[in-house]
Amino acid sequence: MNGPLAVLTLENYLIDCLKSRADSATLGLIAFLTAALIHAALYLSLFGGLPVFYIWLERKVAGRIQDRLGPTRVGGKFGWLQTIADGIKLIQKEDLVPKDADSLVFRMAPYLAGIASFAAFMVLPVSDGWIGVVAECGAFLILALMSLEVLGIILAGYSSGSKWALFGAMREAAQMVSYEIPMAICALIPLLIAGSLNLQVVGKMQTGGVWNWFIFHDPFAFLAFFCYFTVATASVKRAPFDLAEAESELVAGFHTEYSGFRWSIFFLAEYASMFAVSGIAVLLFLGGWETGMVIPESIAGSLRGWEINLPFVTGQRFDLGAYIANLVGGHVFVIKASLLVTLQIWVRWTLPRLRIDQVMTTCLKYLVPISCFLFLGAVFWPLILASTTEAHRPVIYGPPAKSVTSVISPLSGPPVGTESSTIAHGGLEVVR
Amino acid sequence: MTYLLEQAANGIGGTDGLLFWVFAILSCVGAVAVVATQNIVRMAFWLVVSLGSVAALFFLMHADFLGAAQLLIYVGGTVVLLVFGVMLTASGHTIKVQTSPAETLLGGGVGLLLLCVLIFAISTVNWADISQQIPAAGDSPAIVDAREDASLAESLSVATTPEAKATAEKALAAVEARRQAGRTIRQLGLSFYGLRPDHMNSSANAASAPGYLLPFEIISVHLLVVLIGAAYLARAKRRVTPGSGTDL
Amino acid sequence: MGEVGLEAYLFVGAVLFVCGVVCMATKRNGIGVLMGVELVLNGANINFVAFSRFTPLGLDGQATALFVVVLAAAEAAVALAIALNYYNNHLTIDVDRGNELQG
Repeated sequence: MNGPLAVLTLENYLIDCLKSRADSATLGLIAFLTAALIHAALYLSLFGGLPVFYIWLERKVAGRIQDRLGPTRVGGKFGWLQTIADGIKLIQKEDLVPKDADSLVFRMAPYLAGIASFAAFMVLPVSDGWIGVVAECGAFLILALMSLEVLGIILAGYSSGSKWALFGAMREAAQMVSYEIPMAICALIPLLIAGSLNLQVVGKMQTGGVWNWFIFHDPFAFLAFFCYFTVATASVKRAPFDLAEAESELVAGFHTEYSGFRWSIFFLAEYASMFAVSGIAVLLFLGGWETGMVIPESIAGSLRGWEINLPFVTGQRFDLGAYIANLVGGHVFVIKASLLVTLQIWVRWTLPRLRIDQVMTTCLKYLVPISCFLFLGAVFWPLILASTTEAHRPVIYGPPAKSVTSVISPLSGPPVGTESSTIAHGGLEVVR
Repeated sequence: MTYLLEQAANGIGGTDGLLFWVFAILSCVGAVAVVATQNIVRMAFWLVVSLGSVAALFFLMHADFLGAAQLLIYVGGTVVLLVFGVMLTASGHTIKVQTSPAETLLGGGVGLLLLCVLIFAISTVNWADISQQIPAAGDSPAIVDAREDASLAESLSVATTPEAKATAEKALAAVEARRQAGRTIRQLGLSFYGLRPDHMNSSANAASAPGYLLPFEIISVHLLVVLIGAAYLARAKRRVTPGSGTDL
Repeated sequence: MGEVGLEAYLFVGAVLFVCGVVCMATKRNGIGVLMGVELVLNGANINFVAFSRFTPLGLDGQATALFVVVLAAAEAAVALAIALNYYNNHLTIDVDRGNELQG
């Protein structure tokens, strides 16, 4: 389960590298800190780089939908560097704090939102084994971390000392607290199929053809995807659910009083969250980092066994074939998630904004009952099928050992599979 | 230089120790700041800092499900609810409801005394002895860890050939990875069904080990009651006109 | 110092508990009192989890802590509804003014 990019593996590698040079307590600390820093930097580049691209994409798509050209000047024909230019302009701006604002909370709130949004990336696997923190309850944890962003936004709106910001914050609070419920219930449906909260395991179980993706597992999962995507759009406050910043009513909503760098952190967090919720959708329903094509053994086999020796360490081998497969998988994952983000952008510039009461009605009267119904349906589906195949065993007995090992990606080599079955067993294996 | 680093690393207890001290200090500072500030919005902010650090402490104690639940329910739910309440009730004059200095001093003094009593109590008890006297209820994470450590150390020590040593080291790495991944979810989930997998192979009380099926059901009914009750209490009502009830 | 053990976690729990108690006792803002309650419950939760981690008591501590978290959320919802009602009736959130039921 530990690909070359997992913190644990890098930490162990560094420990092996340094073994001759230092004593063990120092060593562990240095290795851990270095590994953590490297991974934080990798994730930070994803966290910072993707929004830059999405903001450009949003302006371009919006322009095309409104029969304009969008940015065309900065950085060549398509305005590639527009976002960078905007970012440089924003950083130069004066950092204003209104007289009526609570300055401590006003200054800290953007960072709270940014940290929460960034922390969600920590448990988001990009490819098989490429994950910051291998958590047994990864899916639960990522939903929890995503829900923290709202707190930064509420505090920002409330501490601004402006009524527009206050209204935005109150709407945001009401909207988030209600939309978290259908989001969690919809996310439960594929997790129920997988029988695990570990996003790595969930991703691995969808290996193979497109028909193995959880969206095509049963009709309820199919509907749950659309329900989840609607709720996820609302939970990252995108139009038509962007009541917190409704610019036609509230000037700019919760970030009315913000400027410069702090304002751009809100923007960064919003676009990063769009990627995160889309990434969760891809992992839970759309096959994660899998291409959906069955790769013939002749091609997959040729990637195996490209092992090279790692520098500075004897005895540890680096599997180049698995690394290449993971690299492809990571790109597939980011592209799939980016397509969903594009869909969110498209929806934003197509549909008009709802009223706040319509937003609450949509959630409480429609989405919550629908998601509950879908969840019940997904629970009863295996019983309706009354199938005795292993794939439909009740989840309480744990995933059958074979179902995980038998669907290992042909790309990722044998060692990954054997380890993954031990994760899937998790607790029970320990107590025997 | 190396010596100093070594001393520092040993002093704070390695990686876990470093993280523990960071989050312990953050949570304590947050808690003290909640008490110290008079501004209700800042109290909410410091409460977030404190509760978030407590969640991190849960992760450090290998209670990953509980840590995530703390983040989702406490920080993402309860505190949002509290801030929502603050927004609905704090209008200008109620943002700062001052406590008189005498009361603050008295409260602080009594609090300090209470803290001294608690710290005295904690530090006088020899917890290692006491936990040895406890009849092992079952396979707690600590026991499983100790048993695994013992067996791994044994297999490492008897291994003479390089191959055997490599196998033992691989087993060690696998155990470490599994520990990092956490292993409480399934056990907690089964205990809410009334089964106790962590008690299964302790001979003493395998059958009588209590599950949590009944408390779990009671809590679910309780939540339903709370849902209805809170909706009933908070429903829109006639607002008292200013000046009729109070002098504010 | 050295290895972080049970005592260290108990100390953190004690600090949170005391802060919560002082907060409940000295704050006059009703919602501030609620925040004190949350701190007390968290201090207790740290102790529960620490005992479950460092002693052979099994997972009971974690299960109890989960119940505490859920009940705290329920308690906050009801208390908040009461606080809103109180505010509607008194136009203040100062708990010292809720003395009308004194004999």
